[in-house]
Amino acid sequence: MILRYVVRRLLQLIPVLVLVSLAVFLLVRAIPGDPVLVMLGIDPDARSRISEEQYRALQHQIGLDQPIYVQYLNWADKIIHGDFGLSLASRRPIFEIIFERYPATLYLAVTALLVGIVIAVPAGVIAAIRQNTRLDYAAMAFALGGVAMPDFWLALMLIVLFSLKLGWLPAIGYASPLENPLLFLQHAMLPALVMGTELAAPLTRYVRAEMLEQLRQDYVRTAWAKGLPARMVIVKHALRNSLIAAVTVVGLQTARLLGGATIIETVFSWPGVGRLLIDGIYARDYPIVQGAVLLIAMTYVFINLIVDIFYKWLDPRIKLE
Amino acid sequence: MKQEALPREEWTGTDKASSALARLVDAFRVIARNRLALFGLFIVCTGILTAIFAPYLATHDPYEINIANRLKSPSLNHWLGTDFLGRDTYSRIVFGARTAFEIASGAVFLGAIIGIPLGAVAGFAGRWVDSTIMRFMDAIMAFPGRLLAIALVASAGGGFASLYIALGLSAIPSNARIVRSTVLSQKEREYVEAARISGESDFHILFFQVLPNCLSPLLVRLSLEFAHAILAESSLSFLGLGLPPPTASWGLMLKEVTPFLQLQPMAAFFPGLTITLIILGFNLLGDGLRDIFDPRQYER
Repeated sequence: MILRYVVRRLLQLIPVLVLVSLAVFLLVRAIPGDPVLVMLGIDPDARSRISEEQYRALQHQIGLDQPIYVQYLNWADKIIHGDFGLSLASRRPIFEIIFERYPATLYLAVTALLVGIVIAVPAGVIAAIRQNTRLDYAAMAFALGGVAMPDFWLALMLIVLFSLKLGWLPAIGYASPLENPLLFLQHAMLPALVMGTELAAPLTRYVRAEMLEQLRQDYVRTAWAKGLPARMVIVKHALRNSLIAAVTVVGLQTARLLGGATIIETVFSWPGVGRLLIDGIYARDYPIVQGAVLLIAMTYVFINLIVDIFYKWLDPRIKLE
Repeated sequence: MKQEALPREEWTGTDKASSALARLVDAFRVIARNRLALFGLFIVCTGILTAIFAPYLATHDPYEINIANRLKSPSLNHWLGTDFLGRDTYSRIVFGARTAFEIASGAVFLGAIIGIPLGAVAGFAGRWVDSTIMRFMDAIMAFPGRLLAIALVASAGGGFASLYIALGLSAIPSNARIVRSTVLSQKEREYVEAARISGESDFHILFFQVLPNCLSPLLVRLSLEFAHAILAESSLSFLGLGLPPPTASWGLMLKEVTPFLQLQPMAAFFPGLTITLIILGFNLLGDGLRDIFDPRQYER
């Protein structure tokens, strides 16, 4: 049953991936100006200095003399084989550059995910068991404020407080957690706190709502009636069931973090794929932009798929649609 | 936060568009009883009025540069201080409301005018039309958060027109999905059957009888959509990919004072606080509307 679901979801994914790759392909074609010059990173003013013959040679070299659908198929064929082309700026293979940057993005996302869960689960549980008290209102204020606050502004304010005023944490920089875990944590603390808040705000609300629902269920009432200690009822019974539903929210929000990472990585000079993308845009290094956008979108699609399957596996009652 | 929800039959009512107005009036009555939603409505209205009457509310010319007066703290003359070029932060925030609402209304309108008919047709026609349209929506949704908007402005360049398109396009799938699911739930109803028997065209049934029933979930969605668009515009402008200087845009204001955080953190504090407040307003309003239209969810 679950296998059939997985296969069907994978089949559904094919047209989506084709459309996504088509969109990424067309993105660069939509850039105003001569596509040959854009793709080769040649200054438009230099066009007059290139002879017609040279121009045609360049056009042929990058395959732009062929019909657009042939161009797309050639491009897609290369992508499938891991050939994303060369960066205009460094002339290095894009695949290499992106996968150098990928770990930094993942480390940050995982750290942010942990920060988010550590904030949201206790906050949501406490808000639920102390419903309509000050603690509950504080947790809800955090949830509403956290969703409304632009992440880049929160980042700037944290930099002002913790880096510039107190001098506790560095505002920029990076160290690999495999080489120097302590230094990594120092550098990752502020960006992870910002991204963690983005995640924790909706999650707190969700955990609270789920807990309230579970606490009202008969099995919880039975557990109380049996005289089980409060911690047992709340953690072992109610929380456990609340978290099953929260898995989806965590998964989807984590996937969303990947999109949000672009701006946060830029603010904190974090050497991840997000900053690579933005730097690529600034430098008009379009093959890099193409590669980074495609990779982030693919990662997002696959995380969503895994979350859906995992959720289905956790709770088989969920309808297949 | 206790409040009454409208009786169910009143908002799933299968009547024609005329009842939509009655429901709106009822909705405002219920909002008035929900304090958080009322606060949201107040913020949103303040924002809109600020945008409309910006020239009367500003104390200075938002574009007037005065280098001698740069990065000042809040004072009686400059209520919220000045930026790195000595421009008045308060006046720039006031005019920034104009920019934010202009972009957001354009984007929300574009997302609605394309997304709603697409979702309606997908839900009503079903089969291959449905799956074709929805795969396109899936492809748009495959770009997480602001990635699509970033990618689009990267290729089309910044400025008003490309922001409308980038943000509007990102809003299409969520509108289409909501309308589609509502149409799916409505199209088997008796009133649709009745309209068919009386010889109404599919077009008329879909757009004049079924679609008005999607109004409630759409209102909630559009309110959140506004918040998204305002946040996305300021994010893009903050990255330097949105509106060009010297436009009074909240995101751009933040970008411009970032190098001077050490000297004058206040110059970054107020524009960000403004964005937070406006988004909070739209979110609270959206939540309030959802409580009205979907009391079951509220009970959770």
